[in-house]
Amino acid sequence: MTAAVVARDVRKAYGEVQALRGVSLEVAEGEVFALLGPNGAGKTTLLEILEGFRRPDAGSVSVLGLDPHAAPRELRRQVGIVLQECALPPFLSVSELLDMTAAYYPAPRPVAEIVELVGLADKRDARVKTLSGGQQRRLDLAQALIGDPRLIVLDEPTTGFDPSARRAAWQLVRDIQGLGKTILLTTHYMDEAQHLADRIAVIAHGELIAEGDAASIGGRDKAAAQIRFALPDSVDPASLPVAAVAADGIFLLETDHPTRVLAELTGWAVAHDLELPGLSVSRPSLEDVYLELTRDD
Amino acid sequence: MTDAALTLRQVRFEQKQFFRNPASAFFAMVFPVMFLVIFGSINRSSTIATLQGIAFNQFYVPAIIAFGVIGATYTNLAIAMSIRRDLGVLKRMRATPLPAWVFISGVIGNAIVVSLILTVLTTVIGTLFYGVSVPERELGLAIDVVVGALVFCALGLALATVIPNGDAAPAITNFTLLPVVFISGTFGYIDPSSTISRIADLFPVKHFNQAVFAAFDPHGSGIGVSWRDLAVMGIWGVFGVVVALRNFRWEPRRG
Repeated sequence: MTAAVVARDVRKAYGEVQALRGVSLEVAEGEVFALLGPNGAGKTTLLEILEGFRRPDAGSVSVLGLDPHAAPRELRRQVGIVLQECALPPFLSVSELLDMTAAYYPAPRPVAEIVELVGLADKRDARVKTLSGGQQRRLDLAQALIGDPRLIVLDEPTTGFDPSARRAAWQLVRDIQGLGKTILLTTHYMDEAQHLADRIAVIAHGELIAEGDAASIGGRDKAAAQIRFALPDSVDPASLPVAAVAADGIFLLETDHPTRVLAELTGWAVAHDLELPGLSVSRPSLEDVYLELTRDD
Repeated sequence: MTDAALTLRQVRFEQKQFFRNPASAFFAMVFPVMFLVIFGSINRSSTIATLQGIAFNQFYVPAIIAFGVIGATYTNLAIAMSIRRDLGVLKRMRATPLPAWVFISGVIGNAIVVSLILTVLTTVIGTLFYGVSVPERELGLAIDVVVGALVFCALGLALATVIPNGDAAPAITNFTLLPVVFISGTFGYIDPSSTISRIADLFPVKHFNQAVFAAFDPHGSGIGVSWRDLAVMGIWGVFGVVVALRNFRWEPRRG
């Protein structure tokens, strides 16, 4: 597979503030890649360098084989960009805006097809200023799709959405991926990255601190399993067959051999005719990994 | 699609946006007509001795044409571009493959069309209701108006680069414009030998007034183009272009 986006050791400072301290990443053609990080981590700065809006202080970037800063027009013919804040001319109608934008591209998609895709078919003749916030965001996305781009860059596409609007937006992103497009998005929602992305990179304080798929990022797949349970008051914790730490009445033990430990624990409980309330086995969630990775210290 | 065809399309979309926006359409079109009606009616029977006794309105209609063009170009662009930059609309445009010069040409093209509509409207009202006569110098008038529109577009774009945000745009624009309009004799003839008039000579508004008047001057000759006035305006235009090109920003100022 070829790489749609390559960044090598990209650095960018704003005065004293180091926004990016040597970031390298590759996005393969056809995948959904999520840049996950807290606010101020450098996500938008990195996107803006990839979009050709800013020039890195050091390092190199290549997007669809082009240098974004040297060939912005050629690049923008092939990249659909949705900025973090949606800003559309208020006095045009939906179809007028898309019609206007389509003419900027060599081989645009039909307006009818795109409004259908983003669910604005019944709003074609509505003025932009009469649309709801969510509809405007979808129109913004439609504007990015009208040129039939190979790569779509979405900066925090669902920030401020209610849960059902987010689900709808996720479905839309999957539909777009289904068209064979490469998607690079930023988000500070872990569940969004987990649901959408083939691969995730975690960025904090201007550095990439982890990269992988949702299942394995941050060593999640190799981390110790956690077994949690409670004990009836009548049982003396000292009689437990395994070593567990108690906190607020919940016992926790971490093990690399959950099957064996669990058998020992449940065998003992069954033998003593005990029920272990709240018994669970889990791996660290993506959220645990993320919070651990981005911890401020 | 060629860039030239794209530019024409942009002009069309800019026109839709301009005429559908009550704020821009109202101020650009209604303001000059309103001033024409008020001052034209008050001074209906006045004459101007230093201009060989011509009727006040023969001088005033060209001044209002210039005033209207300045509103459609300088005021309109300075405010509209500041607001669009502030809202992120300019940055959004920048994220498309549309070349910057095509976008700006669309904005300027719209301003020129609005200027020409205003010129015709003002002239028609002046001839129908205020006894103004138009010597056969339509080409000269068109040249004066188009040059003036280009110069004041450049100055409007230049001003937009120093306006910090959209909210401040109308106040700053009027602050830079109105004093110059008043000393340039737009609303009342000012004796050319006065100090105020000599100060006004430094700025482009008075020269624009004189250039448009040249097309209406009953004692004038030629095609009605005052090249000397257009030259001074041209210098201001170049200044505007340089400032606009050096400082143009697509992105809102953050923080």
